[in-house]
Amino acid sequence: MNTLTPAEYLLEPRRETRHFRAEKFDFWSFFFSGLTGLATLFILGILATILLNILVNGWSAISWHFVSTIPKKDFFDANTTGVLPMIVGTAFRVIVMTIFVIPVGVITAIYLTEYAANTSIITRIIRAAVNNLAGVPSIVFGLFGLGFFINFVGKNLDKLLHNSSAVWGQPALIWASLTLAVMTLPVVIVATEESLKAIPPGLREASLALGATKLETILKIVLPQALPGIMTGGILAVSRAAGEVAPILFTGVAYYMASLPGHLSDQFMDLGYHIFVLSTQSPNVEQTRPILYATVLVLLMLTFALNIVAILIRARVRKKLRALG
Amino acid sequence: MAEILTPKLAPLATSATTAKAGAPFIEIEDVSLYYGASKALKNILLKLEEKVVTAFIGPSGCGKSTLLRCLNRMNDLIDNVHIDGAIKIGGHNIYAPDVDVIELRKRVGMVFQKSNPFPKSIYENVAYGLRLHGVKAKSDLDARIEESLQQSALWDEVKDRLHSSALGLSGGQQQRLCIARAIAIKPEVILMDEPASALDPIATARIEDLILDLKKEFTIVIVTHNMQQAARISDQTAFFYIGELVEFGATTKIFTNPAQKRTEDYVSGRFG
Repeated sequence: MNTLTPAEYLLEPRRETRHFRAEKFDFWSFFFSGLTGLATLFILGILATILLNILVNGWSAISWHFVSTIPKKDFFDANTTGVLPMIVGTAFRVIVMTIFVIPVGVITAIYLTEYAANTSIITRIIRAAVNNLAGVPSIVFGLFGLGFFINFVGKNLDKLLHNSSAVWGQPALIWASLTLAVMTLPVVIVATEESLKAIPPGLREASLALGATKLETILKIVLPQALPGIMTGGILAVSRAAGEVAPILFTGVAYYMASLPGHLSDQFMDLGYHIFVLSTQSPNVEQTRPILYATVLVLLMLTFALNIVAILIRARVRKKLRALG
Repeated sequence: MAEILTPKLAPLATSATTAKAGAPFIEIEDVSLYYGASKALKNILLKLEEKVVTAFIGPSGCGKSTLLRCLNRMNDLIDNVHIDGAIKIGGHNIYAPDVDVIELRKRVGMVFQKSNPFPKSIYENVAYGLRLHGVKAKSDLDARIEESLQQSALWDEVKDRLHSSALGLSGGQQQRLCIARAIAIKPEVILMDEPASALDPIATARIEDLILDLKKEFTIVIVTHNMQQAARISDQTAFFYIGELVEFGATTKIFTNPAQKRTEDYVSGRFG
């Protein structure tokens, strides 16, 4: 082939484009990509089976009356039963948990990422603690909540404020929420840390070189950028906590409450716990089954709704960041 | 500048107070820097003049960027760094224990190799430093922002889209925005760490013209591995090699008739 200078090449008449032979059929490539596709289908299939089963069986028992009624003590009468207090209880405890877990988790993550020296012994202890926290079984959190929040913090609060009458030193919405907050802390910390680390160090340097303090840099540049990631951590925490039953067993859930929870010191009913009750305490399994399915469906829809709200807020934050101003 | 914070440092010397032109403004006195146990800068002695462009040249890893970052104490941010010696800017040792680093960085600005505009609007990028240092009124901000964008030859290109994202600008425009951001707070010294190395030749040429313009008002220290660039825009050049200052002098002398053999080898391309 003659070598041409760029000018000569451009002036030459266009050559025909090369035609490529089709790739030879490679069995193992095909097999592997097929395998990954099958795995995906498998997972989706399981998810679809569960969801469809619940949807099909629960949809017929759900009604506006069902989700807006406070039931009488007999949960198993399909005509008078309702799940309003369970919905309210679940939603409240998740919201109160979020109010506690996000600030504490974010501040811990900021400390670990921005301030702590990576090699110091204290940092390593904190990281080990966070990792171990993530591995603790939920029921242990429940016992922790009972022992620490109720028997220690609550009872001492009562001594100080209410002359030892039982107000805080017993199962309550606040203690259940705090227990859940402790349980979901690692999720928020890790999600926040990842989003902080994703911010290029050049931005921090630019801010510091202009004469900002480290705190100003974090508040004005780093945190606003990390907001979507923090919200992801919140979404994950909410999804996890909405369905957890063991941590709230000793810390605040009640078998039956005649009214909706109004104060942080009230006990509450809960969808997850109610599912357990319906499954194990019913006198007539056939009659209770539709109510059970309906309750499960309500729990899924509530979790889904909480997630959607959070995802929408996060999408708006992301859009604002991208277009910004 | 009286409307901005009362400086904790005594005012740095300006040409109004210097006895004669060419008096040293930045004095690097026997500075050594250690990363842990390894000595990255070896007893640097250097005096830079005011309102002059000084270039730091040398092969990769010779310590020129490290020394540059000492001038605004950005090396403080790295763990395990230890500095001996003193650096005086306008007669005051910036490594004295009572020095306010925030004030220092207001007076010694920096432009980085990879342009790093904040993911905000062009207006907000330049306003960031101004707000940090007390300029709050919108009219003041508008005026100062326009002034710095004019000075960095960016105003005509962005004046109609000040509130659009800075990330939508081209590489060269982003770098000029970073320069505008740095000069908005009216520092006395601008440090530039290979500011044009990531840019195409035309954008580079515009940055170089900008630097020649800026030196009327600011003292500029520029690190560059592009010797032609150093020859084009600097008045004085310092040549570094493995942590040592090998030679320092007028740019024309360094490039045409250097005193040291190592300098001559480097500028003639025998190594680098």
